[in-house]
Amino acid sequence: MTSETTTTPTRFALPSRILHWLMAPMVIAQLFIGVTMIASLSYYPLLLAIHRPLGVLILVFAVVRLVNRLTHKLPPFLATMSRAERRIASWSEYLLYALLLVQPLIGWAMLSAARFPIILVGPIHLPGIAPHNIDVYGVLRECHSVFAFLLFLTFTAHICAVLFHTLVLRDRLLDRMALWPTKPASPQRDETV
Amino acid sequence: MMGMEPGDHGGHSDEHDDESAGAKRTELPWRTALTRRGALLGMGAVAGIAAVDVGGFAYAGGWLRPDALTPPRFADRLEHVYGRHDGFRRNHAKGLSATGTFASTGAAAAICRAAVFQQGSVPLIGRFSLGGGLPDQADKRDTVRGLGLLLEADGQQWRTAMVNIPVFTDSTPQGFYERLLASKPLPDTGKPDPQKMAAFLDRHPETAAAMKIIKQSPPTSGFADSTFHGLNAFYFTNSAGATVPVRWSAIPQEAPAAPPAPASVSGKDYLFDDLIRAVAQRPLSWRLVITIGEPGDPTNDATKPWPQSRRSIEAGAITIAAVQTEEAGNARDINFDPLVLPDGITASDDPLPAARSAVYARSFTRRATEPKTPSEVNVSQVLR
Repeated sequence: MTSETTTTPTRFALPSRILHWLMAPMVIAQLFIGVTMIASLSYYPLLLAIHRPLGVLILVFAVVRLVNRLTHKLPPFLATMSRAERRIASWSEYLLYALLLVQPLIGWAMLSAARFPIILVGPIHLPGIAPHNIDVYGVLRECHSVFAFLLFLTFTAHICAVLFHTLVLRDRLLDRMALWPTKPASPQRDETV
Repeated sequence: MMGMEPGDHGGHSDEHDDESAGAKRTELPWRTALTRRGALLGMGAVAGIAAVDVGGFAYAGGWLRPDALTPPRFADRLEHVYGRHDGFRRNHAKGLSATGTFASTGAAAAICRAAVFQQGSVPLIGRFSLGGGLPDQADKRDTVRGLGLLLEADGQQWRTAMVNIPVFTDSTPQGFYERLLASKPLPDTGKPDPQKMAAFLDRHPETAAAMKIIKQSPPTSGFADSTFHGLNAFYFTNSAGATVPVRWSAIPQEAPAAPPAPASVSGKDYLFDDLIRAVAQRPLSWRLVITIGEPGDPTNDATKPWPQSRRSIEAGAITIAAVQTEEAGNARDINFDPLVLPDGITASDDPLPAARSAVYARSFTRRATEPKTPSEVNVSQVLR
């Protein structure tokens, strides 16, 4: 999908960009719903009722996105990124993929271990995927918290890095993921051709 | 995926190598010229967005709101009043597991489409308990008795946790939270500070009124002849989509026994021991009675009874066929969350079930991650 020449905009492939911007609000909402509900007496049931199906939706999108990721080539890094920064960017991307896949599965498994019904909407339930065991629940529940914080930190680092490039270095890094029209990249871009 | 090195297949194409990146960084013609002012503004914007992100997350999680009543703080208060007892519920800590059936008459199917109310019989898991967070407290006649039930029909669960008082003592979670502290026994007398309790009741007339109603129906001699009340109002919806407010109670089939003579209540676990011996002889049954509220009946206040004249439906018989010492895999490991409801039952505007659900979840998570110790109530020791 990605052209290796320097005259075309070095954006991510269109499906990648669509998936990115579909998932971003879902994941941000999910993080905030999760952290709000465990601190709320009155909104807990309502937020939990949203958290469950939204988690399943994120899992479905994460699988689609993984397939998309493995079947599309990425655009080159910008020249404004050092070798170390590129490495960090790549590893944090892998971490985000892993968390987006694992976190919903842990949520699903922990409800299963606690013998809770996995209610999506009204009478629509998912089957359990873990044995009924309170100790298994305990471990999974702690993992769910730890991974939620890790996901939040990775997400925060991700937006800070992108915004630093876009707003401070002004290298138009964000344009690579843009679904909106952007100025075409100049052919004089610093590429080693 | 995780083993991939950056730049491997599927990774970023490494057509421009790192060395080329550094040197000409500031000369790239396609970049907006960098100015000190622009860079500072940019950094300010990044810092501002990061602050909103992290601050918003911390605020939502309650860490920036020390006065907010959250589920963890509720559980903390239960631990403050009763002490922390690893592996046990933060409230209703002393208990006994049970199994049995619910035999539905089919009568409630007219007002509720939940499969559990179709005529027929479904298995149930139950738990008898005493109020309070002490797992080894001595049984006392006046301690609140609880019956939790998990019924499963057509793959859908209904969990309910009932108690043997006709109305609840508090109308709001805040009231319950404050009452816990006001009724904390003093170390020297073993009783709550009368001044604190009086001050609490002054601030909470609904609790004073509820306590009067509760006093009018003194507890029976034991678990077997206790009536257990769901207390909170819920909504039932039938297959036609019609919704009615309801409350439910489990009324014992056996007539209340005369209160036992003081001599027979000497055992530390006498309420549980009597129950264990009774079930060993014959199954115990309760009638599940659904009371239908009418317009104007309070659905948001469990301290207020509904008029006696309200129509009620005999939904079926709850039969306890066996009891078990609490252990891994039985009722010990079930959170009797009152908001695990089948399709056809929904929460009302009562603020208590939501708070109970949230606090039970916190209690369940805490005890799940703690070491477990054997329950005070032991069936084989009683029947030996």
